[in-house]
Amino acid sequence: MEPLFAAAPFIGYVYPNETVFPWSVLIVVYPYLTGLVAGAFTVSSLYQVFGIKQLRPVAHFALLTSLCCMLFVPTPLMLHLGHPERAFNAVFTPHWSSAMAMFGYFAGFYILLLFVETWFVFRPYMVEQAQARKGLLGLVYKALCLGCYDVSDKAMSADRKWIFALAILGIPGAHGLHGYVGFIFGSLKSREWWSSDLMPVIFLFSAIISGVSLLVVLYVLSCKLRRVRVDVACVKAMGYTLWGFVMFTLLLEGVEFGSLMYKAREGIEMIVLFVSTKLIVPFFVLQFTVGAVTPILILSFMFWRGSKGRALVAGITLAAMLVLFNVIMMRFNVVIGGQEIAKTGKGLLEFPWEMWGRDGVLAAGSVLVAPMILLALLVRLLPPWEDGPEHGHAAA
Amino acid sequence: MDEEEQFGERQAARRSFLGGLGTAIAGAAAGIAAGAAAPRETRAAAVADAPPIPAIPGYDWSKHRWAFGVDATKCIGCLRCVEACKAENEVAPDAHHFRTWVERYVTLEGEERAHIDSQADPVNIAASGSEGKYRFANRYKDAKVEKAFFVPKLCNHCTHPACVQVCPTGATFKTNDGVVVIDHTYCIGCQYCVQACPYGARLFNPKLQVTDKCTWCYHRITKGLNPACVEVCPVSARIFGDRNDKDSAISRFLANNRVEVLKPETGNAPNVFYVGIDKEVS
Repeated sequence: MEPLFAAAPFIGYVYPNETVFPWSVLIVVYPYLTGLVAGAFTVSSLYQVFGIKQLRPVAHFALLTSLCCMLFVPTPLMLHLGHPERAFNAVFTPHWSSAMAMFGYFAGFYILLLFVETWFVFRPYMVEQAQARKGLLGLVYKALCLGCYDVSDKAMSADRKWIFALAILGIPGAHGLHGYVGFIFGSLKSREWWSSDLMPVIFLFSAIISGVSLLVVLYVLSCKLRRVRVDVACVKAMGYTLWGFVMFTLLLEGVEFGSLMYKAREGIEMIVLFVSTKLIVPFFVLQFTVGAVTPILILSFMFWRGSKGRALVAGITLAAMLVLFNVIMMRFNVVIGGQEIAKTGKGLLEFPWEMWGRDGVLAAGSVLVAPMILLALLVRLLPPWEDGPEHGHAAA
Repeated sequence: MDEEEQFGERQAARRSFLGGLGTAIAGAAAGIAAGAAAPRETRAAAVADAPPIPAIPGYDWSKHRWAFGVDATKCIGCLRCVEACKAENEVAPDAHHFRTWVERYVTLEGEERAHIDSQADPVNIAASGSEGKYRFANRYKDAKVEKAFFVPKLCNHCTHPACVQVCPTGATFKTNDGVVVIDHTYCIGCQYCVQACPYGARLFNPKLQVTDKCTWCYHRITKGLNPACVEVCPVSARIFGDRNDKDSAISRFLANNRVEVLKPETGNAPNVFYVGIDKEVS
């Protein structure tokens, strides 16, 4: 029979119950997904609200990416719960003092907002398809139109206002959802590694860089798959966005880390030991050097050199891939790293990796891949591209 | 089991509430907003209709204020308390799940810091020969010990419990008589409370898939009995009683000693009071 729990080896003194890690890699994936949601939505809003025209080719794709990731955000939580069938207890009888009790409301509101905005954005296309197509797909488009086939100028003008309002509302929505995830960790006074007022802000900025990076990678990949020319101006705009936000995120993380070390409160000896041994590779090498400094150097070099065309796209895509890696490592080092430092302040634990099972790496990996599969299907139903043969959605 | 019966009524109130709310919420933003606003009123109505809680014959929780004392100068590290707790509360018989445990602090000559272990340390488990039986191995017999003492640990049943604050469903709550308990039939098993407890007092019950913790043997104390660990302690290192009763063991313990609590800086305000602990105990 499969063991009910995996016990962690430790050094020093840890409380006896600490050898079973409460949160596994699934809880690493959860903030990663909400971050992608917030980041992708940011790109969409930069175009819809702030009028950054260069981002037009990815604006609607960003919305679909955000929607697909958001639909899977509850999955790692449900897989993690001891009693997923009781999950709605937190929604129907919320305990108001708990940060976690707000999740259902935040997530519910935000999923709804994404659905409504997506519906408005793709309404002209859905109407066109519903009228042109026969068979099952025609019925699907008809159902999606919700009985509204009015695509007159007046209706389109009203739609644009709705899209603008929803995009504005979505900014605090997406960022609130993710900043709140940072609060879940930062508000706990039991763990020195988490207990920081900067945690929600750091989560927010790392969310933005992960979402922008995901869009760069997916957009370039989709252009290759569709055999269409990559819009260099669009990728460059995302590259600049990435450049600025990565630098700021790195600065925030540096301030937080420096503050923790400088304040040197009780238990700092164990944190120093942790940082100087177990964290060398995952934090300093992978997260900091490979995931943050390298992309900054790549982007700085390319912008300084004035790279153009394929070289620029390749450089920004590589930087984006590294930033995606940076953020997953950051989530890992926060969620798992925080639990590796014992609450006694006198010991360190070793995270017991599990491959299979509900809490295992395979389950967590599947949760990460699932939104991409959904997105691949959704872009066929609602093509967000303006460069292909099919276009016609509302351009706000 | 008594504990669960006692919470049954609370559950019934919740169920009737859920039934009502289920029909009220009709998706969409309006529905979500309604869900956010409705629980307070509906729950209040349900609670008003419910019989007094808890319905334990002859027990009135408004008349008691339970507290726990630990006299670390008396503890001999026999670990009968740990075994009694596991048997009484059906805690998993392994080295990773404990409602109570005992720490050993040993300072060797010439050293500044204590060596700390508990009965769950692999060396001590090897000495006992079983994960379900506990003893402290005589690992310092060849060393020159300057100072050594034992410290029993358990849930502090804090006045401002961080675990209760973070519970998303209210499955864990503080009773009127001062005990922090968990409704195992309502806990969703998110383990946020396990993370929030600074004392490592909460554990995840692998069999029930819910969070678990010391309840000061609520099923016993509400019948006038002592918690199992207090009952079996051969040296009276564990003291339990009602602070509302001036002649109780705990009231006398608190009146006659200068006591400390663990990690006071967290603001949790523990209700387990210690005598005879050292600077390194936290």
